[in-house]
Amino acid sequence: CHAVESAAAPCINGWEEFPRMQTVTLIPGDGIGPEISSAVMKIFETAKAPIRWEERNVTAIKGPGGRWMIPPDAKESMDKSKIGLKGPLKTPIAAGHPSMNLLLRKTFDLYANVRPCISIEGYKTPYTDVNLVTIRENTEGEYSGIEHVIVDGVVQSIKLITEDASRRIAEYAFEYARNNQRNSVTAVHKANIMRMSDGLFLRKCREVAENYKDIKFTEMYLDTVCLNMVQDPTQFDVLVMPNLYGDILSDLCAGLIGGLGVTPSGNIGANGVAIFESVHGTAPDIAGLDLANPTALLLSAVMMLRHMGLHDYGNKIQTACFDTIRDKKVLTKDLGGNSKCSEFTADICRRIQDLD
Amino acid sequence: MTARSVRSLSGALKPLFSNRCPGITSCFLQVYGAASCNQRQKSTYTPPPARYGGRHTVTLIPGDGIGPELGNHVRELFRFCCVPVDFEVVNVDSSVASEDDINNAIMAIRRNGVALKGNIETNHNLPPSYKSRNNLLRTTLDLYANVMHCQSLPGVRTRHRNIDIMIIRENTEGEYSSLEHENVPGVVECLKIITKTKSLRIADYAFRTARAKGRRRVTAVHKANIMKLGDGLFLECCKEVASGYPEITFDSMIVDNTTMQLVSRPQQFDLMVMPNLYGNVVSNVCAGLVGGPGLVPGANYGEDYAVFETGTRNTGKSIANRNTANPTAMLLASCLLLDHLKLHAYASMIRRAILSTVSETRLHTADLGGQGSTSEVVQSIMNAVQSTGPQTLSI
Repeated sequence: CHAVESAAAPCINGWEEFPRMQTVTLIPGDGIGPEISSAVMKIFETAKAPIRWEERNVTAIKGPGGRWMIPPDAKESMDKSKIGLKGPLKTPIAAGHPSMNLLLRKTFDLYANVRPCISIEGYKTPYTDVNLVTIRENTEGEYSGIEHVIVDGVVQSIKLITEDASRRIAEYAFEYARNNQRNSVTAVHKANIMRMSDGLFLRKCREVAENYKDIKFTEMYLDTVCLNMVQDPTQFDVLVMPNLYGDILSDLCAGLIGGLGVTPSGNIGANGVAIFESVHGTAPDIAGLDLANPTALLLSAVMMLRHMGLHDYGNKIQTACFDTIRDKKVLTKDLGGNSKCSEFTADICRRIQDLD
Repeated sequence: MTARSVRSLSGALKPLFSNRCPGITSCFLQVYGAASCNQRQKSTYTPPPARYGGRHTVTLIPGDGIGPELGNHVRELFRFCCVPVDFEVVNVDSSVASEDDINNAIMAIRRNGVALKGNIETNHNLPPSYKSRNNLLRTTLDLYANVMHCQSLPGVRTRHRNIDIMIIRENTEGEYSSLEHENVPGVVECLKIITKTKSLRIADYAFRTARAKGRRRVTAVHKANIMKLGDGLFLECCKEVASGYPEITFDSMIVDNTTMQLVSRPQQFDLMVMPNLYGNVVSNVCAGLVGGPGLVPGANYGEDYAVFETGTRNTGKSIANRNTANPTAMLLASCLLLDHLKLHAYASMIRRAILSTVSETRLHTADLGGQGSTSEVVQSIMNAVQSTGPQTLSI
């Protein structure tokens, strides 16, 4: 049983006074994963967020029939809780099995990758006032993995665009825009060259846009988006696009706000599953030395809270985190300071207590 | 025997034979001429054949949007500077379905060897039978290398300084093969083709250019961790060519990391080589970093032809005919054209004038944050040219 019903909760001041504990599957990951996960857990505890963590490990195991899969207890936990928080996972080279991220994606049909890129006050980059969200189709497109050698020296890679996947991602993008008070959705494409494939994607986006008249819909070529993004990122709001363009653009936008160490990310799957993750690497060189920066995982956890409807907790934790960074007194090395991870975490916890 | 050595040999022998037996000379030259054509080994470049009476003929394709007005400014400037170039204007109407116009343009370029072009609009709502005219031109003429040099210009305020990146992009295959089909309704497949020959060719071009321009480092941009066979082949070809250039450092970077690095620390890049689509993304990012689409020229080189245009290939529909477009990119492209025609003195003179104008903030056009007009900028360039002394038409 995963839901602990809070006792004696006649809602006096609104139901959030005694919120129901929700279970979240926590996958600490490798390298710095465990330490940043414990930092996040500590911060959540201080904020008294109604989250019960269920820690699971994912390693690829060979299931019946020879197919690679994630451990059954991890799958079971995710299926029940529906929400996951994941640290960085090691990418095995020549291990014989596909990457863990790919396995997770296939297992839970994580079709949308959402990356809100908001400039962090206090962490200066040449770009200020960035406030956009990239929504990337995560299952098909150029990453279908279908490649052939036609003759020696000629290789073809197949980019797959389907009606269903395009409609699904477009619907998610507009729903997200509506739920998060965003004004416009821009479809990014290259239909002048890839007429049929990106044309199909674009048509589906237009069809879905008909049902969301309150949100402005525009289309823009990929190269124009890139050109304008590095000159004036404030003109963009929500961007929706197929897999490859999404990969490039989401990393471009992460670069605008300061890199993968401070960028949150969420993966939305079918059947209500959502896994939020930090997208940086495992940083094996600083693992276990209390030097890691938990910001990316923390902001992903905040995204998770918002997804679950716990906006108050999310805002509180985010404010504390941004205040700490803005103050510049206890920053980890990658943010320009020389404090430890535990000191950074402690500062955030202190601010949360002060906010209460 | 290379074409060049044959020509010099026949040139040396000409005076010996010409006054005695003109008939034999011409036969002699004809025989060797035929042999050299079969060889087709152009170890050094020779100017295109369209040069009569010391004047070159260059095809001009105005295109759509701001193309026609910028083309006119180029002609105006060349006429003013007495550049020995005549433009053969070939219009391509993008609204008709027939490909006659673009085929005429292609034939004109084959005839003249060199062209200056504006971007031709592609209506992406039309069915796939209507191909992109620009792409058709590039693939038919086999303009396999797209070269863009992004440099920080003095007088243009940008977030990053000291950028000097040369981008060499494969221009004919990759994702732009336009091979798509719908086997099952609702499922579209688009083929990305990577071949060994073209990858070797572009890598070779990149390293030769690096050596010629004194560049120290070549970075190959790819996504071989995902597209293992396709981009893997591209990367292998680059490595193979790199082994022949030991003085140049070769490394590779995944495209998403590249864009991230470009927006945080673009000064680390020197020369970059990549397949078609990544080239599109990276060149647009770099153009944005140095000041926008109005500043960077682009060149498309093939074995036999060269076409010059603005680097980011924008039509500029929204600012067409308003006298607000930035002519710098197109004018710098025309300087690249003059360099290609070996009219270096004219090229440097005009380029110097353009760069001195760009550094004057009060003349900046709207894309650079100013309020100057296109004609003011061109006028200022002409004044700058006149003040440097050489013979020009009176203003």
